[in-house]
Amino acid sequence: MNLFRNVVFIAAIAGLVAGVVLACLQAYATVPLILKAEVYEQAGGGHHHDHAATDSNAMSTTAPAGDAMSSAAPAAAQAAPADEGWAPADGFERFAFSVLANIVTGIGFALILVAVSEFAGGIGGWRQGVFWGLAGFAVFTLAPGLGLPPELPAMPAADLTQRQIWWWATVAATAAGLGLIAFRKSLPLAILAVLLIVAPHVVGAPQPDSYETAIPEGLHHQFVVAVTVTNLVFWLVLGAVVGMVRGRFTGTATSLRDSFA
Amino acid sequence: MTTASVSLGASVSSQSRFMQLALAALLGIFVMGFVGFSHIDAVHNAAHDYRHSMAFPCH
Repeated sequence: MNLFRNVVFIAAIAGLVAGVVLACLQAYATVPLILKAEVYEQAGGGHHHDHAATDSNAMSTTAPAGDAMSSAAPAAAQAAPADEGWAPADGFERFAFSVLANIVTGIGFALILVAVSEFAGGIGGWRQGVFWGLAGFAVFTLAPGLGLPPELPAMPAADLTQRQIWWWATVAATAAGLGLIAFRKSLPLAILAVLLIVAPHVVGAPQPDSYETAIPEGLHHQFVVAVTVTNLVFWLVLGAVVGMVRGRFTGTATSLRDSFA
Repeated sequence: MTTASVSLGASVSSQSRFMQLALAALLGIFVMGFVGFSHIDAVHNAAHDYRHSMAFPCH
């Protein structure tokens, strides 16, 4: 299991670095927008939410959006509604769990990236890593985000399981399509690749019954931009770090260019 | 680290190589799926802001 161990080691380093970077970006770019949306969510009251406590105390902690990140957890952590289970207290605890989720899934994404790229000969350096990162961004953010744009709390959405199935199918089809284009020198396969990439959007993502929401369109648009840009940076960092770490690991930079069409 | 060779998997057979890489990819998918897609309430709540920020389907 020598290879497996090396893959896990590289993925752990790259995931840790990229996850911390992403968590910092989120703290400034996306989380304040989520907190703003939760104020609308509470005001609307139409959709029960884990972090939306029912007392006015919660309003005062979430209303100054940027402030909530830096302020310490309120002394009395609001008890989450019983039916929605445990939730981290607003403030530091909530931020800490976000950072943890970023690092853990960063390592998860890195495992996938390293394993897949090893099949194709490995990422030979930070520049190749950037291109692999672009591919990861296209597969995991761009393609599913076309049909299912990033949502803020309180936004209407179709059934969760159906959306998750569509998300995974789109990721798989896009990854297969990009792989065929990059690594198979065949016109019919390239045409098949385009069909694969387009197919999920022809089928269409599950849509909500009604698009009515209390969230202003401007806020949502800001959020879509913030999510897309932060994810782009995450993937570029992840790919570049994998390339750098792998190069130190093997001592040589194997050329991926040979395997490109 | 001491056994670093030219390629990460130079010393293993192609079948074993395939298995190990597939295993690594599966592990990655499992980790991601658990944190980002689990329907368990506590897991959802803990990673709530993260799920929204990654545009994972949420709620």
